[in-house]
Amino acid sequence: MQQLTEIRWHARAGQGAVTAAKLVAETALELDQFMQAMPEYGPERMGAPIKAFTRISPEPIEIHCNIDHPNVVVVLDETLLSIVDVTEGLQDGGVIIVNTCKTPDALRKELGLEGRDVRVASVDASGISLETLKRDIPNTPMVGALAKVTGLFTLDEILSHLTKTFGKKFSQDVIDANIASVKRAYEEVSVG
Amino acid sequence: MVEQKVVAATGNTVVAEAMRQCKPDVVAAYPITPQTTIVEEFAAFVAKGRVHTEYVTVESEHSAMSACIGASAAGARVMTATSSQGLALMWEELYIASGMRLPIVMANANRALSAPINIHCDHSDAMGARDAGWIMLFAETAQEAYDNTIMAVRIAEDYEVLLPVMSCLDGFITTHSIDRVSLLDDESVAGFVGEREAERALLDLEHPVTHGAFAGLGGPYLEFKKAQRQAIERSRAVVKRVGDEYAALSGRPFGVLETWGMDDAEVAVVVIGSTAGNVRHVARALRADGKKVGVVKIRCFRPFPYAELAEALSGVKAVAVMDRAESFGAEGGPLYLETRSALYDASNRPAVVGYVYGLGGSDVKLELVESVYGDLLDIAGGAAAPAGPVYLGAR
Repeated sequence: MQQLTEIRWHARAGQGAVTAAKLVAETALELDQFMQAMPEYGPERMGAPIKAFTRISPEPIEIHCNIDHPNVVVVLDETLLSIVDVTEGLQDGGVIIVNTCKTPDALRKELGLEGRDVRVASVDASGISLETLKRDIPNTPMVGALAKVTGLFTLDEILSHLTKTFGKKFSQDVIDANIASVKRAYEEVSVG
Repeated sequence: MVEQKVVAATGNTVVAEAMRQCKPDVVAAYPITPQTTIVEEFAAFVAKGRVHTEYVTVESEHSAMSACIGASAAGARVMTATSSQGLALMWEELYIASGMRLPIVMANANRALSAPINIHCDHSDAMGARDAGWIMLFAETAQEAYDNTIMAVRIAEDYEVLLPVMSCLDGFITTHSIDRVSLLDDESVAGFVGEREAERALLDLEHPVTHGAFAGLGGPYLEFKKAQRQAIERSRAVVKRVGDEYAALSGRPFGVLETWGMDDAEVAVVVIGSTAGNVRHVARALRADGKKVGVVKIRCFRPFPYAELAEALSGVKAVAVMDRAESFGAEGGPLYLETRSALYDASNRPAVVGYVYGLGGSDVKLELVESVYGDLLDIAGGAAAPAGPVYLGAR
């Protein structure tokens, strides 16, 4: 694993970005990594654009500021692409993962990333979520896509942690649906 | 050192956990904003029977502290939590808690005061209460917030001290961020904090006493205040002793101030709270570049470690003091004033520049910290010190 990975999440309040950031942080802890996960709090209402941040590192993390230059950007809601500058500060060699039906090529064009040394990944997390969870909660499938694209965790590592934490709160049906959604997103995400 | 459980949790969660482990007899709190989830999570522990505490929800923060005062005078171990405007509303009760020498422990999520309205991190709330006679600890991380909460109980209830302790952690940055934290087991904490032994409890009917009586003209008011000063002076040794014992238990050293790179530093930043991490991060990079920079983090603000700070700064040419609070009309923020005071008797006084930063949660970007060290290195090289306080990052 590289020294420090900085992930910025873009979502609308209520889509579960904070839960996703937490899931990633807790999975990192199980791999004996250091991590931080923090939402950017504001006077938020359901549906308002929000940001959340996750840092993962093999070394203790000392800094406490927003992530302005992420290695990884995750966008849970594609309607944000036209109203929030989601690629702002994205580092060279980094990656952006968007919940959308569009292809990575179309996305790269839309985001103005042609010629940039960044990878662009797309996955229909909402579609997967509607089929598996019967609701549009794209957060857990996006974690599956994140694992595949970044290599931060294996599929098994994500699933084992998800089973453990969701097991305390949810029924087996809900856990199974979440596992299915993570697996599908892991397999279906395409990178360009 | 005992084995510990490593968790991914927010500052609020681990402070609530520390409170549960300290087994308070009474927690009185106002459960509505600007309150944090500390008391919400603690209420869940009570509801689930994981701690046997009389949990009193009251109609305001003023009443919360009033209830804490009554319970503490009765002989109970009492804890609570607050933040921002809530702490401001407690103001008159804070003085009653310390004046009655009640060892109440209160977590405070450091957040801005209105106006304009703002819910984010700064130290204005705590610094507004700095003269209220409370011992004040500050945490850089969720780990320190957890550790400080446990140590606070021992410090407050020590019979040489008997003063309330405010355990501060940065709002949102520490309270709401998930961090990696090592937790002690319940038995170790219970053994460390022990039981409160109140010697003049109001509910000790065999030995009736009066608390908080009238001490007006001709009365011993002046003497009471002198005794309070003597108590907080005695707390210096107690804070260190409890810190050493806690370090032996947890493996995590505690200092009233903690230094980085100060052995041969030519310039130094003095700072409180989560920003200390940002400053140390920048200092590491500058050190790798051959610059002799250091960091001093204040962990105990009341009583203030004057002698320790003067000693830490004895070899430097220039000092930046970063205040996340204002003292309008003064030469700088509260930490600046204390630092200048600590250096007054020093034989070799460095240049001291005050910076006000991060008010209302404005982001403490690494570039801002770099600019502070840039100023200091210029001053050490002979440049004039800028007139302070410098408003860091203000548009």
